[in-house]
Amino acid sequence: MRPFSYERAADLPAAFAASQDAPTTALLAGGTTLLDLMKLDVAAPARLVDITGLAASTPALAEIRPASDGGVVIGALARMSAVAEHPLVADQYPVVSQALVKGASAQLRNMATIGGNLLQRTRCVYFRDVSIPECNKRVPGSGCAARLGVHRLSAVLGASPACIATHPSDLAVALVALQAVVHLAGSGGERRIAADAFFLLPGDHPERETALAPGEVITAVELPPLPVGARSHYLKVRDRESYEFALTSAAVAIHVADGLIAAAHIALGGVATKPWRSPEAERALIGNVPSRPLFKDASAAAVAGAAPLPHNAFKVPLARRTLERALATVTGLAEGEMP
Amino acid sequence: MASVIAARHAHADGREKAHGAFVVIENASGGAVTATRSPTLHHPDTRHPSPVTLHINGADNHLDVEPRVTLLEALRERLGLTGAKKGCDHGQCGACTVLVDDRRVLACLTLAVACEGKPIATIEGLAVDGALHPLQQAFIDHDALQCGFCTPGQIMSALACIAEGHADTDDELREFMSGNICRCAAYPNIVAAIRQAARQMAGGADAAL
Ligand SMILES: Cc1cc2nc3c(=O)[nH]c(=O)nc-3n(C[C@H](O)[C@H](O)[C@H](O)COP(=O)(O)OP(=O)(O)OC[C@H]3O[C@@H](n4cnc5c(N)ncnc54)[C@H](O)[C@@H]3O)c2cc1C
Ligand code: FES
Ligand code: FES
Repeated sequence: MRPFSYERAADLPAAFAASQDAPTTALLAGGTTLLDLMKLDVAAPARLVDITGLAASTPALAEIRPASDGGVVIGALARMSAVAEHPLVADQYPVVSQALVKGASAQLRNMATIGGNLLQRTRCVYFRDVSIPECNKRVPGSGCAARLGVHRLSAVLGASPACIATHPSDLAVALVALQAVVHLAGSGGERRIAADAFFLLPGDHPERETALAPGEVITAVELPPLPVGARSHYLKVRDRESYEFALTSAAVAIHVADGLIAAAHIALGGVATKPWRSPEAERALIGNVPSRPLFKDASAAAVAGAAPLPHNAFKVPLARRTLERALATVTGLAEGEMP
Repeated sequence: MASVIAARHAHADGREKAHGAFVVIENASGGAVTATRSPTLHHPDTRHPSPVTLHINGADNHLDVEPRVTLLEALRERLGLTGAKKGCDHGQCGACTVLVDDRRVLACLTLAVACEGKPIATIEGLAVDGALHPLQQAFIDHDALQCGFCTPGQIMSALACIAEGHADTDDELREFMSGNICRCAAYPNIVAAIRQAARQMAGGADAAL
């Protein structure tokens, strides 16, 4: 790694000031994205400001607590492992717990924070390799090496001519499905933004990935209440069984009332440039009797807009079947499987 | 944007000159770009080695480290604790697993300066007065290694895995030990070794099995 200075943020305003000074200064949380990218020279901040100690003065930053409306608020500095195992999350939001446990490894989950998880960078090999000149995310305007290169793992949804890199987070897929809210704070005050709107499509500016403004930090993520009796599930399909990013994944939350689907929350992971909420699939499901044929149609609707490239075309049917299976599992209609 | 990147690298290379509240950064072509810096952000140059105390296996170790030194490098190259291994140096293999604050973490993605004041446990601290820890003995009993490169990381990870309560079934153990890659693929024996040690450590009736 290049030389840098290290200090601990004394309070939140110090973190705001450090965020204002990006990319010369970077906030350090668990470090599992940042230090990795610094070793690769993809990130080269001259100064790191460690925010993990802020929970001592501002406990809410690492807490998991009930929200007044019945939802749950998760502090940005809470560790992935702590959130996954917390009863408020594990009992009410299995989809969040499962997405966390299926991410990374036990060691990484002990280090990584919720805020850092949302801001992790793509695993596109061309982004991570500084010897490749073309990557619009890394060097804006330089081109996209993945489009003509190896793009087996790239996105089939939400891509632009400038970028086809997938968003790697599993947690974010669950959050977008649940319509969670991201809490941000800066010297100007606090604001809240829907998880779906927090993540940006690449468009002409793939270097801009989130709505986080200079000077802001993520303070929490809020899970809205689910109807009593709603069930949720996260299904992740990978090249190997564990400790691997998703080829495809599906986050689903379904509420069945009087035999009909009253509420449906659907998002896909591994296949898109941002965690991919599917209003198309949600519309196809709501008001109908849960059945395998219905799930097949809804899943087809979710990937109808896919634009695959030669190496990643397999992701379209795989994503469709991943969602179909997740829906069957969560409604108890999967053969030989318990929801 | 290109100039920002050049400036950032120039800055990182230490070719900056402070002028009051301004930082003058010489870019690659010799021209200067200026960036305002708020007074509150002004800080001493702490890129150089600074003293840190690492509390490892019950003993305090005083050393001077640059901020960029990882815990893994401090352990191996400064303190001679070479049990934790540098496999990938990118969080992808688990060979560097140690415990910090009683939780298993990756020493390759942890800064040594960030560990000031925190208890650290490494494989070197497991055996007591020459008597192997049940996990170490179990790895020998089950031949749970070939080259041994991953073993210290496997054992420290397993220690935490058992303490977390994630060693009850083979499937659960495989899932929660997936962060430790074994290139020799000693996996079946590693699972058997950890199950044996977990039973012994719990003091169960079937401990002898
Ligand atoms: C080998 C490996 C496998 C992985 N597998 C998976 C996987 O399967 N699924 C998955 O979802 N993830 C996976 N990850 C990614 C991992 O989950 C992220 O690296 C982690 O969540 C990042 O959190 P952190 O606290 O370590 O962030 P850091 O690395 O500390 O920070 C990441 C970025 O966020 C910024 N930041 C952090 N916190 C805040 C805040 N509160 N406000 C503003 N900015 C902030 C930092 O400045 C930095 O730019 C994997 C990582 C590795 C190394
Ligand atoms: S050396 Fe740390 S995970 Fe491989
Ligand atoms: S024993 Fe050789 S890598 Fe595990």
